[in-house]
Parts: sequence; C-alpha cells; structure tokens
Amino acid sequence: MCLRCLKYLPGMGRVLAGFAGLCLAIALSGCEREQRAFPQPADAKLMPQTLRQSELQPGQPAQPVGRGEHLPPPDYQAKYENNAYAVSQGRRLYRWFNCNGCHANGGGDIGPPLMDDRWIYGGEPADIYTSILHGRPNGMPSFAGHITEDQLWQIVAYVRSMSGQLRIDTAPSRSDNLQPAEPESRRERQDMRQSAPPKEHS
Amino acid sequence: MVALMAWENPSPADAALPTAAHNALAPAGPQAAHIAGLWYLIVGVCGIVFTLVLLAVLYAIWRAPRATETTPAALHDDNPRIRRSVVWAVIVSTALLILLTVASIATDRVLAGLSLTDAIHIDITAHQWWWEARYDDAQPSNRFTTANEIHIPVGKPVILTLKSDDVIHSLWVPNLAGKKDLIPGRTATLTLQADREGDYRGQCAEFCGYQHSYMAFLLRADVPARYQAWLEAQRQPAAQSAAALESRGRQVFLGGNCAMCHAIEGTGAGGRHGPDLTHLASRESIAAGTLANTPENLARWISDPQAIKPGANMPPTDLPPDDLQALVAYLSSLP
Repeated sequence: MCLRCLKYLPGMGRVLAGFAGLCLAIALSGCEREQRAFPQPADAKLMPQTLRQSELQPGQPAQPVGRGEHLPPPDYQAKYENNAYAVSQGRRLYRWFNCNGCHANGGGDIGPPLMDDRWIYGGEPADIYTSILHGRPNGMPSFAGHITEDQLWQIVAYVRSMSGQLRIDTAPSRSDNLQPAEPESRRERQDMRQSAPPKEHS
Repeated sequence: MVALMAWENPSPADAALPTAAHNALAPAGPQAAHIAGLWYLIVGVCGIVFTLVLLAVLYAIWRAPRATETTPAALHDDNPRIRRSVVWAVIVSTALLILLTVASIATDRVLAGLSLTDAIHIDITAHQWWWEARYDDAQPSNRFTTANEIHIPVGKPVILTLKSDDVIHSLWVPNLAGKKDLIPGRTATLTLQADREGDYRGQCAEFCGYQHSYMAFLLRADVPARYQAWLEAQRQPAAQSAAALESRGRQVFLGGNCAMCHAIEGTGAGGRHGPDLTHLASRESIAAGTLANTPENLARWISDPQAIKPGANMPPTDLPPDDLQALVAYLSSLP
C-alpha cells in the first residue's frame, strides 16, 4: 500500500530516501565507537623498568603535575575516550590491576574517590596517567614495568568515565554485577576545573 | 554417509591437539551414545521420507508426457483417490513427527536419569578465550585449579558446573555429551562419562568474540590409577628448580607483569585473571588448544600473543632475549 502511495506523492519518495540516508549516517557514526585496535609490540611497549620506579621523593619542591612529560598520544580521544571497547577494557583492567582494592568502585576507600570533582593531582588524562605510572605519596603504588602503555591509557579513559567526562555512548552502561552507583554513562559530568593541582608540599 | 558427516577437525586451531577425537558420531560414553542414537533415528526417518518424496517427484516427471489431461485435475473435486492419498499422507507425517518428538523427550528423560553416584565435580569457568577448571575436594588442600585441560577417570560420571566470566560461551565435547551454554551470572551443569580411554577435544560452541574458534580444550579420560597419579601431581605446588637459568626465569616471572594475571602455586604469583601456570609443562597445548606446548611456541606466545590470537587479553611482553629464554626455561620446568 505504501509503495502505491509513492506514485501519487512524488515528494514522498525523496523524503523516504532522505530518511533512510539519515538512518544510515547515524548507524555508521556508531561504527567508530566499536573499532578495535589490537596491541602490537610496537605500541604496547612496557613502561621502562628502572630500579627506582617512581620519580616522586619526599621533600621534593612543588612542580607541575604530570603534564608535559606524558602527554596523551595525538589519537588519544579517538582511540580511547571515544572508543567503547577501549573503555570497557579499561573497566576490566581497573579490577584486574586491583585499582578497586583502594578506590573501590570509584567512591573511594583507603584511596581517594574517583567519581567526584576533587582531584588532588589533576584529572586530565596526562595527570591520571602520571599518577598510575609513577604512583603518588601516601600509598598510590607505581605501576611502571607492570603495564603496557596501551592498557594504561585504557584505564585512564575508564577512570575519567567515572566522573562523567566521557560521551554517554562510549562510557560503560549498566553492569552485569551489583553496582552501588549509577552506571558511568548516566553520571553527571563533574567540573574538573574546581580541582587545582596542589601548590606546595607542606 | 557417516564418513561425509564426521566433521573432524573443525577449526584451524586443531593443529595443537592432533590426536584428540572430535566426532559426535563416535560416542565414548552413555550420554553421547543416547544422543547419537537419537541422531541416527532422526536422520533415518528424514532420509527415508526425503527419498520417497524424491521418488514420487521423479515418477510424476516420468509420467507427465504420457498423461491424457493437459491441465492437472482440480483438487477440490470430490475425487476419492486424491482424498485417500491426502488423508494417508497426513496420517503418516503426523505419526512420524510424533515418533520423533517422543524419541527426543525420551532421550532427554534417559539422560536425566543416568546414575550419578560417586560423581566427580569439576567447576568450569569460561573466559575470553580459555577454560578454567577447578577440581573440588572436601579437603581444601586437595583443591586445585588448572586450565584448558581436564582429566577424568574412565567409567565414572562427571558433573561439570559451568560458569562464565564475561560473555556467553558453550561447552561441547562431541564424543561425550551435548552442548551446554555458559551464561554470565548463571550456573549450569552438564554431566558426562567416558567409557573409553582416550583424548577428546572440547570446543566453545557459541560465538564469543574474535578468537572463538581458538577456544578449545583437551579432555583426557584415563584409567583410574593414572588419573589418581595426575590428581596427586596437580595438587603439588610448583617445582622449584635450583638451576641458575630456571631461578632467573622465576625472577623474571615474579618481577615482571606475568604475576599480575597468572598464578603459580608455591610462589608469590597469585593472579586469577589468566590461566593457572602451576603445572604448565604437563599440558599438551598453550593458549586454549592454539599452539602445541613447546619452548619455541611459548616464547612466541609470550613475546607477541596478538600476532597469534588478536584481541586476546594477554598483552605483548617485550623482554630481552636472555630474560625470555630464562622465563621459557622456567615455565618448561613446571611439570
């Protein structure tokens, strides 16, 4: 019946074609979200392992935290934060590397919470990366030598999803397990600017 | 016909388990025998019906040129011959369908009623893309975990408790039992029994991601004495070699990132995200039936798993050559 209508309404066919094209465009824009990039030895180099694994020392003068030294790769957004697979891998690795042992599900325990707007050492990707890689005073261990660069950026992307920094279509949605908070994709975006890096070590 | 239908070696991954049987038409236990019986009945009935229908069609084609009527007889005419044929066809089809349904239900009942006295309990957890097996025991010190290789004694029922860690998988050992899905958040059970000694290949039978076809395992049915010996060996903590190369490899294992995901009983390594490696050298294959367990393959796998199984959760590990050699020597010394 609908096909017969087309004969009488010449504009209708164009509208339908346009609608189909729009649907296709929307569907295709979702493809990127599911793109897989497999870690190859070249880009999955293990963090260099040295005797002293953290560069932080007691009594160190204050310095800009993280930024500069470990800038995210140029394709960081596309490859990690806008990629649902990378974020969900980060979610698994967050548990596998026992981040939840101290930070729980993001609400904090003996480690600070990760789902709020207060970031002692900064909440930009480069800051979180540095915190994981080198550790921080008072308990955060260094993971240098134990994790690949690729996996580390995946964890960074997931940690940022906890405070609602990611697009809702790439942040993890409802979990299979019991979850004490709303899924990451439903969280309100926390304003990171409120948290400035510490000025002085007292 | 049997030869045509015996789909042996279904996946390219099979090269690692060349001698393991993988054939639903060669049942090695009561469960598989009943399923094979049902299969032969269904194939037989459907085959005969198919042949008769084809013969009827051929007969009609052969007769057609000599028929006097140019148009076929109208079926709604009250023709007693046509009516008789239709009534008979309906009766025969209904009877055969009822036969197959009853046979299927009866097989299910028989399978459910098989004796499970003195059954062995094994917990199976499916991961992307490997199998974890935990052998339960009333004595906690007798429990142990292994991966991608299950040993069972001949002639004893086995109850597999099935769980999944990530997505839906399905466990299938064609020679011993039917398929059973492993669904995250749910527990399923599957019972099987091997009456013939031998190696049987198991395979994930539900698409579970990129490396679904490389998710196999070995099920070895042994005489009770050998099974008991294997059990005793698996319960031991890992061997501690005093040789310089092996102890250096042990240091590489514990100091690098291997210990984050893998466990070796008797050492500090207690990760549970990857396969337990306590008795790695006793297994036939590595990476879930993907590669034969040889030092060369171990080295290839450790340095670049993504080239062999793209998408696997094990990251590439860039080790200096002599560290890698020491690590492989250590892992090969874990019988």
